[in-house]
Amino acid sequence: MNIAINTSGSAYHVDSKGYFGKFGGAYIPEMLYPNVEELQENYLRIMSEPSFQQEFEALLKDYVGRPSPLYYAKRLSGKYNTNIYLKREDLNHTGAHKVNNTIGQILLAKRLGKKRIIAETGAGQHGVATATVCALMGLECVVYMGKIDIQRQAPNVARMKMLGATVVPATSGSQTLKDATNEAIRDWINNPVDTHYIIGSVVGPHPYPDMVARFQSVISEEIRLQLQEKTGNPLPDYAIACVGGGSNAAGTFFHFMDEPSVKLVAVEAAGKGVDSGFSAATTVLGSLGVIHGSKTLLMQTDDGQIVEPHSISAGLDYPGVGPVHAHLFDSKRGIVMSATDDEALAAAYELTRLEGIIPALESSHALAKLKDINFKPSDVVVVCLSGRGDKDLETYIQHLK
Amino acid sequence: MNRIDQLFAKKQHNILNIYCTAGYPQLDDTLTVLETLQASGVDMIELGMPFSDPLADGPVIQDSSTQAIKNGMKLSVLFQQLAHFRNHISVPVILMGYLNPVLQYGIENFVKKCAEVGIDGLIIPDLPMAEYEAEYKSLFEQHNLHNIFLVTPETSEARIRKIDSISKGFIYAVSSSSTTGNNKSVDLQQAYFQKLEGMQLSNPVLVGFGIRDKATFTSACEHTNGAIIGTAFVQAIAQPGELSEKITSFVQNVRPIPQQA
Repeated sequence: MNIAINTSGSAYHVDSKGYFGKFGGAYIPEMLYPNVEELQENYLRIMSEPSFQQEFEALLKDYVGRPSPLYYAKRLSGKYNTNIYLKREDLNHTGAHKVNNTIGQILLAKRLGKKRIIAETGAGQHGVATATVCALMGLECVVYMGKIDIQRQAPNVARMKMLGATVVPATSGSQTLKDATNEAIRDWINNPVDTHYIIGSVVGPHPYPDMVARFQSVISEEIRLQLQEKTGNPLPDYAIACVGGGSNAAGTFFHFMDEPSVKLVAVEAAGKGVDSGFSAATTVLGSLGVIHGSKTLLMQTDDGQIVEPHSISAGLDYPGVGPVHAHLFDSKRGIVMSATDDEALAAAYELTRLEGIIPALESSHALAKLKDINFKPSDVVVVCLSGRGDKDLETYIQHLK
Repeated sequence: MNRIDQLFAKKQHNILNIYCTAGYPQLDDTLTVLETLQASGVDMIELGMPFSDPLADGPVIQDSSTQAIKNGMKLSVLFQQLAHFRNHISVPVILMGYLNPVLQYGIENFVKKCAEVGIDGLIIPDLPMAEYEAEYKSLFEQHNLHNIFLVTPETSEARIRKIDSISKGFIYAVSSSSTTGNNKSVDLQQAYFQKLEGMQLSNPVLVGFGIRDKATFTSACEHTNGAIIGTAFVQAIAQPGELSEKITSFVQNVRPIPQQA
């Protein structure tokens, strides 16, 4: 288990001050300072404890069902005349990669003596993953969710409630993920002693972007071992993942960032088209600013008001992007592409019909770019299939009509 | 001399600072609010620069910010409104807002513009102390702008001392660990205010968050130099009625203008 690996000296991982290049940091009001400082000072120490790693590993194995398979998608590979492997995060307990992080953070919260867990959620996947681990550990759980998202994602709201979580509607601002995150941060300000905030992506003040990436880094740790076994080489030519905040991409890229031969492809949601005014393509449309405690690229007006993004996928519907991805883009280490709502829908149908796997709409954005990259027949391409598509069936069925 | 320092040089007790959101209730109300507050006898004014995602604020101030943005308020408009306000307003005025709009305006331009129109201090809650010290402190000081830092009941004594050492103007003591507009009891925080008093800080201390009427104002002033009222004031001017009358009556209820001898 390499979650506490020393990354100092890397040009792409977090530096000692909590920055990825010029992105990151901790831009927080004083009220959050003691909580964030407590995490900054303790996360790596706790994550490197053998007892922590044993507990984390055991839960990932027996509760989540890891390692998740690395599946050679034969018919998809045939179509694109290359070698495509799918990292099957969709087969995890709760149906997505999100649970890797919530397991890690709840173990951390317990070691910090916290009694109450809060989280934000957009589509509800991170909310479900948080409610799940809270049930497992017997901790109180409050999930903030935009009022509009609560209406859009009724099945996940029901799952969270069945798991015992309190789902609080965020009624401020645009009533979606950005506002749910604001409300969760406000809750944390109001409950500074007993509460841990489980952020669901590689966003927020330092140490969250690095901490969440480390918990998700099991994805690329496993990919290396699995590729070695299947191809004799731990390195793919391409690692492709969708990016909203960017947690599955951060996990998929983590152990490849310092391997220059591996092309890291991040796929953003273009919505109805990058220039349509209904998009979430943050690196194209965004500029440097501060959102949710982190300096990064974000979608904003000229006078610095944060703009509401659009994507058919609620999980990619975020106006910022994790600072690690802003840095990968800025330093040209990463390749950023974008997929429209329609491209994602088509890719979801393609995977379903070729491989019998219904992907989440988020993951479909990554799959949608296979057609736009000139692969060589000998290339090894890994796509992170970050979640399963059950939650998106209604959208898929509407599209079928 | 900075107007904040002038104020504390002549008055150390029961300082009343009122917060209002710029461009609220109507875009062009900013100056009326400032003038009426001064005429009502407030000692200092904190003017909010509206932001779409104000993390440290509760729903009342967020809603007023959303409305102000809808009204067309932005920093360039605010500086136009404030271009000549020093001709008739003499109380210290502090701008409060979040870092992102300031970054987009350009921090240097922003600071210059503040100095040009006659702003005395800034409260930017999400500007980290270390970054301020390393990158902006000399710039702010060069333009005679006091950067006001917050402390909370959870802030360690060492950090309070550090904040005191780099602060000018006053220290903003958040009354309880909360966002603005909460109703956690101010009385319960007397021990915390006493602790701050006992630390004999080099800067005056004003209490904010949860101060809403005469009783809470008086209680907050017991061990500090004064207090800041925001949410209750924003709520009061959102009620129906003539704006100046609402402002005057709100301030009168909190702290009547003393009879001149």
